[in-house]
Amino acid sequence: MESTYVQEFKVIGGDFLRAGQVSTRIKSILKDIGINHSIVRRISICAYEAEMNVVMYAQRGKILFSMNPRKTHITVEDEGPGIEDIELAMREGYSTATSEMQEMGFGAGMGLPNIKKNADTFHISSVVGKGTKLQIGVMI
Amino acid sequence: MTLRGIVQKLDLIPLGGTGEQNLDKKVTGCYASDLLSDVMANSKEGNIWITLQIHANVIAVATLNDLTGIIFVNGRKPEQETLEKARDKNIPLFMSKLQTYELAGKMYQLGII
Ligand SMILES: Nc1ncnc2c1ncn2[C@@H]1O[C@H](COP(=O)(O)OP(=O)(O)OP(=O)(O)O)[C@@H](O)[C@H]1O
Ligand SMILES: [Mg+2]
Repeated sequence: MESTYVQEFKVIGGDFLRAGQVSTRIKSILKDIGINHSIVRRISICAYEAEMNVVMYAQRGKILFSMNPRKTHITVEDEGPGIEDIELAMREGYSTATSEMQEMGFGAGMGLPNIKKNADTFHISSVVGKGTKLQIGVMI
Repeated sequence: MTLRGIVQKLDLIPLGGTGEQNLDKKVTGCYASDLLSDVMANSKEGNIWITLQIHANVIAVATLNDLTGIIFVNGRKPEQETLEKARDKNIPLFMSKLQTYELAGKMYQLGII
């Protein structure tokens, strides 16, 4: 049996002050155990963009980070408005960020496309009015 | 070039006790952008980052990308939370009186690409 490391984090919608804490934590776990730099970077990008989307668009969310000697997996599940047209949301440049968020440098519409680009496996599902779930896998 | 060299050559103003112990780190290049996802996608480890974003989220971006420091342009001063987080994460912060275009140009002339 392969040993698996699992940790769960909570994310609060609208909390821009704590935003980025979970992805920073995941990065430091990976760095501490000596995972290859470029892989740490890819996982960090995925975790950060997913975490920020929960902060920006949802009420609250959970991030489940798990890892075994071959791969890491991040599941991000939120309670929020959901996404009506996933294909559109995945398009580079598409964003519904508010002008306040844009002023802070969010809303380039690059988050989801960059998660997809950096993940080895990526799955997104959403129910309008309920929430969104991302499943991201990166091989070590 | 080291961070110290860049700070001296470009007259950067170090901000409140952030990351002095990093001044001997080598700067691998520079990235100038105010869009956080763009910096996440395109900056490289060891880069110094030029931006006018002064809120605390820049620290997570710099930490996640192992950037050597952040330079706020147009004389913009960071928010208090930004300074606190920078101290906590050991990210050096600087201010420049110049605008992004001018500062990036000078950086390029120094051979930082
Ligand atoms: N968790 C979510 N809940 C609801 N809507 C979402 C969620 N994640 C993304 N979206 C929608 O998909 C759009 C595109 O997301 P994406 O992360 O690619 O870009 P962005 O967040 O707008 O900008 P950036 O990530 O570059 O700062 C968002 O503007 C939003 O409309
Ligand atoms: Mg996003």
